[in-house]
Amino acid sequence: MKRRHWLVMGLTAAGALGVGVGLRPPSARSRLGPPRTEGPRVALNAWVELDADGLVSVRVPRAEMGQGVHTAFAQLVAEELEADWASLRVLDAPIAPLYANSALLLNMLPLQPDDQGPVALWVRGAAQRMGQVLGLQITGGSSSVRDAWEPLRLAGAAARQALLQAAAQQWGVDVSSLRTAQGRVWAGERSLGYGELAASAATQTLPAEITLKNRRDWRLIGRSPPRLDLPAKVKGQAVYGIDVRLPGLLHAAIRQAPVAGGSVVALDVAALKARRGVVDAFVLGESAAVVVADNWWRAEAALKAHPPRFHAGPGAGRQSAEMSETLRRALDQHEGTGFREDGDALAVLAQADRVLRADYALPFLAHAAMEPLNCTAQVREGRVEVWCPTQVASLARWKAAEAAGVAQEAVTVHTTYLGGGFGRRLETEVIEQAVAIALRLNGAPVRLLWSREQDFTHDVYRPMALARFEACLGPDGLPLAWVNKVAGPSVSFGSVQRLAPGLAMDLPDKNHIEGAFELPYAIPNLRVRQIRRELGVAVGSWRSVGHSLNAFFTECFLDELAQAAGQDPLRYREQLLAHRPRHLAVLKLAAAQAGWGQTPAAGRARGLALHESFGSICAQVVEASLEPDGRPRVHRVVCALDCGTVLHPDTVRAQIEGSVVFALTAALYGEITLVDGAVQQQNFPQQPLLSLAETPQIDVHLMPSEAAPGGVGEPGVPPLTPALANAMFGLTGRRIRSLPIR
Amino acid sequence: MTSLTLNGKAQRCEADPATPLLWVLRDELGLTGTKFGCGIAQCGACTVHYNGQATRSCVLPLSAAAGAQVQTIEGVGTDPIGRLVQQAWVELDVAQCGYCQSGQVMAAVALLKQTPRPTDAQIDAAMSGNLCRCGAYVRIRAAIHAAAAHLS
Repeated sequence: MKRRHWLVMGLTAAGALGVGVGLRPPSARSRLGPPRTEGPRVALNAWVELDADGLVSVRVPRAEMGQGVHTAFAQLVAEELEADWASLRVLDAPIAPLYANSALLLNMLPLQPDDQGPVALWVRGAAQRMGQVLGLQITGGSSSVRDAWEPLRLAGAAARQALLQAAAQQWGVDVSSLRTAQGRVWAGERSLGYGELAASAATQTLPAEITLKNRRDWRLIGRSPPRLDLPAKVKGQAVYGIDVRLPGLLHAAIRQAPVAGGSVVALDVAALKARRGVVDAFVLGESAAVVVADNWWRAEAALKAHPPRFHAGPGAGRQSAEMSETLRRALDQHEGTGFREDGDALAVLAQADRVLRADYALPFLAHAAMEPLNCTAQVREGRVEVWCPTQVASLARWKAAEAAGVAQEAVTVHTTYLGGGFGRRLETEVIEQAVAIALRLNGAPVRLLWSREQDFTHDVYRPMALARFEACLGPDGLPLAWVNKVAGPSVSFGSVQRLAPGLAMDLPDKNHIEGAFELPYAIPNLRVRQIRRELGVAVGSWRSVGHSLNAFFTECFLDELAQAAGQDPLRYREQLLAHRPRHLAVLKLAAAQAGWGQTPAAGRARGLALHESFGSICAQVVEASLEPDGRPRVHRVVCALDCGTVLHPDTVRAQIEGSVVFALTAALYGEITLVDGAVQQQNFPQQPLLSLAETPQIDVHLMPSEAAPGGVGEPGVPPLTPALANAMFGLTGRRIRSLPIR
Repeated sequence: MTSLTLNGKAQRCEADPATPLLWVLRDELGLTGTKFGCGIAQCGACTVHYNGQATRSCVLPLSAAAGAQVQTIEGVGTDPIGRLVQQAWVELDVAQCGYCQSGQVMAAVALLKQTPRPTDAQIDAAMSGNLCRCGAYVRIRAAIHAAAAHLS
């Protein structure tokens, strides 16, 4: 199928949902919201609130999970508002349509990232509008700043305009004679604080046009003001989901069927209830046992002492080793769904003297956020309140309402700090469970906390995937034809199935093939196809989603082609990127900073990889050696990133550093296996995370850019595994075609 | 009833003596800065100081803490080294999600009390039991060195 067919399909799907999709993305102005006064605090719009003493509160409808979104949103507002950084704080935003994330669905579109044609623009606009219409108050897909870039700056600028007008009115002067700085409006030597002007500012009528600052006047964007969340986090004062304290709070522990689809066949409720502190014990749904007690340790200890017995059900036959064979057979037997067809790759391959072939495989992976899944819920007088570390406040409200049988308006969601997200907290099952438990407790609040073992064995995993490549080279050694098939379960299907089973359809899934079909290299005959196979294992978004799979596949295989052509991997890529100046510049920056071309220290080798994802381009060069046992030791990772305009450089560097560690954990240790339907990895001893001692030197170089911001939380993840695998080839002469490296 | 010294003050606890100190701190005393990560002393999120030693509170029964000096993240800022470590953590923007950072800070303070100028190898040895899924390790190392530089 050709790309234009895809576009037609995307448009049809958008239309079919019948959600009033417009031609253009929602304007920043439409997301401003009206002024409002509540007690002593004045909201100048939906985003900016002022106290009389000059305290500026920014409403942030995105979850802070370490990516710095609280600081980023405050920075965008404060830049235009000319607020004093010390007077800023962040408040959780309620659920409302104008807080929806309109950039999120951009990640779902099967478009080439550089496609600026009219149809692509239309589809992107429609996707942004759809995010608004569906009210997706969701943090994910490295989209928060991409979404907020204009609306939040406009919110700051509009608030400043209102304050200027209020001061002009009070002093009887023209607005143009006034200036603002550090949270005050100035006329010559006299000044008024923003707090003093707030009430009057809320009554001002704003002009139709509000202009944003020229970038040369920025004082905050591109600098790194102190992170707003850090002081509380180093003192143990930040409140995560697990830390919410309420009067009379009860604590719940849970045991879910070890095999998906299994059920509880026996639970010794009498013995459980006889234990000190236990308030309730019961079977939740059919597949889980729950104990509620006056503290979590007692609830958990009770389940350890009297564990439920489970019937495994039809899933008992599932073995992950057989699943990879299932996918291999699918690659042998099926052509799958087309995502890209340039030229005629099959015909070219049929005539080639030499066809290069390789299969690659990646395992299921767990998220393993440090804060185990939890949710606190209270149901009383027809109202539901939940406190949860969630990436999906609006879906949490929907699912909590469904679980309690009330209207969504009867549900209040409080988003706490998240002890890591990585895609795991896009899911809502722990919220549904907590509400179901709270329903039994006569209005008492309860926190359900999963043990680490429950968290590892009941994750929604990064899907297993297999990739197959066939390619041939032209006389210049460059690829003439490239055929890539990827087989595995669909993340999007799984997500929709859990959220709204009635809507789950086996549709082409961009999130499964992303990073493969957008291959940036100039290859005249290029064919990329997807084979979707459900394997009976819950799969979901895992930091960088399909890119984490396909960057490994494509960048490793490209290295194999360079080797077959007898060419340097950097030079090889450069020739294939002559038409992609941004990619080329990022690649060259990383290579230069890593000393590519100079001989590494004895016993070391370098590998490189380049990958675009979430609107940003990242290249990494890994320098590694071998330990005596043959395992790699990574010494240094040099990263270059073009993420457009850099909002908070220090946070961007931190995200790339963290992405390298996250991906290195996957490369060295990451693997979830199933035996007889049950996940084998229970806790950190069976599924280690990288430690400080194993962490390499990580250098991050940011490309200067005036483009709109790209994503930052995920694009550092994909290039690491192929760069390391390519370095391993330099060390051993053997190709790494599966992870983890053994 | 178990008595101990918690953050410099006498504290009496009513929890079962077998209850791990972590859950006494969190659920009985409301000191939620100390975190639950794995429950088997393998991640370090629950690190406190037990008679001055960095100790995993998720496997330390309350009975073992009887009569002991216990310090948590809530109290460590009153200690000069604790304050320096927290300052270094903020200056270098160490934390991301921050969930493991109470444990990281407690482990770093315990290290610097015993070894005021640690080498990289000593940092590796002292800190590698404290996992960080956000991968803030590069900055944790740098912040320990920065705090050590302020100490001398």
